[in-house]
Amino acid sequence: MLKCKFDVKGLDLYYSDFQALKKVDLEMSENEIMAFIGPSGCGKSTFLRTLNRMNDIVEGCRIEGKILLDGKDIYAKNVDVNQLRKRVGMVFQKPNPFPQSVYDNIAYGPITHGIRKKTDLDEIVEKALKDAAIWEEVKDRLRKSALGLSGGQQQRLCIARALAVEPEILLMDEPTSALDPVSTGTIEDLMVELREKYTIIIVTHNMQQATRISDKTAFFLMGEVIEYGKTIDIFSNPKHKRTENYITGRFG
Amino acid sequence: MKLTKFIDRALLVLTWLFAGLTIAVLAYIIFHIVINGVPHLRLSLFEIRHTSANVSMLPSIVSTLFMVILTLIFAVPLGIFTSIFLVEYMKKGSRFVNVVRSAAELLSGIPSIVYGLFGLLFFVEFLGLGLSLLSGSLTLSIMILPLVIRTTEEALKSVPDGYREGSFALGAGKLRTIFVIILPSAIPGIFAGVILAVGRIIGESAALIFTAGTFAQIPDNILQSVRTLAVHMWVLSGEGHHINEAYATAVALLAVIFLINALSTLAAKKIFSIA
Repeated sequence: MLKCKFDVKGLDLYYSDFQALKKVDLEMSENEIMAFIGPSGCGKSTFLRTLNRMNDIVEGCRIEGKILLDGKDIYAKNVDVNQLRKRVGMVFQKPNPFPQSVYDNIAYGPITHGIRKKTDLDEIVEKALKDAAIWEEVKDRLRKSALGLSGGQQQRLCIARALAVEPEILLMDEPTSALDPVSTGTIEDLMVELREKYTIIIVTHNMQQATRISDKTAFFLMGEVIEYGKTIDIFSNPKHKRTENYITGRFG
Repeated sequence: MKLTKFIDRALLVLTWLFAGLTIAVLAYIIFHIVINGVPHLRLSLFEIRHTSANVSMLPSIVSTLFMVILTLIFAVPLGIFTSIFLVEYMKKGSRFVNVVRSAAELLSGIPSIVYGLFGLLFFVEFLGLGLSLLSGSLTLSIMILPLVIRTTEEALKSVPDGYREGSFALGAGKLRTIFVIILPSAIPGIFAGVILAVGRIIGESAALIFTAGTFAQIPDNILQSVRTLAVHMWVLSGEGHHINEAYATAVALLAVIFLINALSTLAAKKIFSIA
């Protein structure tokens, strides 16, 4: 049995009056890739963003229920949000490298968390870029702007940037939806490799992607988790009619 | 069919006409100043000390530079921090932000002579700073503040939210996100606002006549009265028998503005060539 990382209990989330998540119960284990699927606006991205408290910045956003990370409530009063986000990294739908050099992009996180020594930083930058399978492509242009990279390279740079602060969990919000098939393949291979060291949670619209890479899948619909379990079971033998309708492409 | 084609033609001709007219007016003004001013540019106009005989503009050029620098020192940090507060710390559409914004807009609509009067009563008289470089620059700071706030706000807003999210997601705090990620990306926009502000400072006369006075020497301290180029021009043309020198001064004023614009564009290119 894999160690449980995130344990979500009865999570409700409201944007002002609108309830975006209804009584979500989910467990996510270490060294697994968990995929969230579901039609647009079903709450999967919203849910993902509660896991590193990115919704804190959204006005009128309010949650009830509990999210435990290694048994501790991440919404407890004494939790340092910045430390939480260091443990729970995030990669966004649109690659968002900072308008700085490749090196500075990666070094930003570690410097934020107190690493100042040049030799340490050099090491972290190289390791992160290697782990994100982009080192070979950028090692000769570390001092050049990250905005000059292609979309797929930028996304891998963002993954490297997230890895540089040594997170335990990596949240990925449709990380390949803005990329071409080749870049998508590269990033999928990368995710499978990263599973050895990290817990990965990915939101995807691409059901083939979920079947290709994920161990577990949760199906969201209108703010509820309709079904979750092993990916192979969900896709070959869904228990709910609505899940079956969605994965066979009858709606969504 | 024929009618729409005709209207199309007519509109095209009209746009050309008006665009041409605008350029022609600008060209004529510059031409007029250069034609009337350049022949009267004499070496004596650039003597270190101004006398009523040489009516030298050099002290005014130096004073103008001091005025620009001092005003920017007051207004730019204040404006930038205000904008950071409005954009990054206050909720979008909050009532307070709207009040501050309308106040800033109102301020930018006030004629400069009103600022001059306020500066005279408050800085010169009430605070006892006298007619001085300091009073003048404080007055101009208030005058250009709305401009700096406005342009900085726009610059901050145009920084993609993805940068903010990316930074927060790495566990960076708000302060670090603002100073390391957001401000550097907003600097080109802020810079554009500052250049506009510099233009207004150089061109201002009414507000300065009341607050900085008309004493035409290079100041040794900020409590001395100074005469900027624009004010110098006003004095010369007002006196009636230095019209030619006033034109020569106008040429210098144009030159200073062109120079500052060119230099700042060059500096901006140098600084931002990495991005």
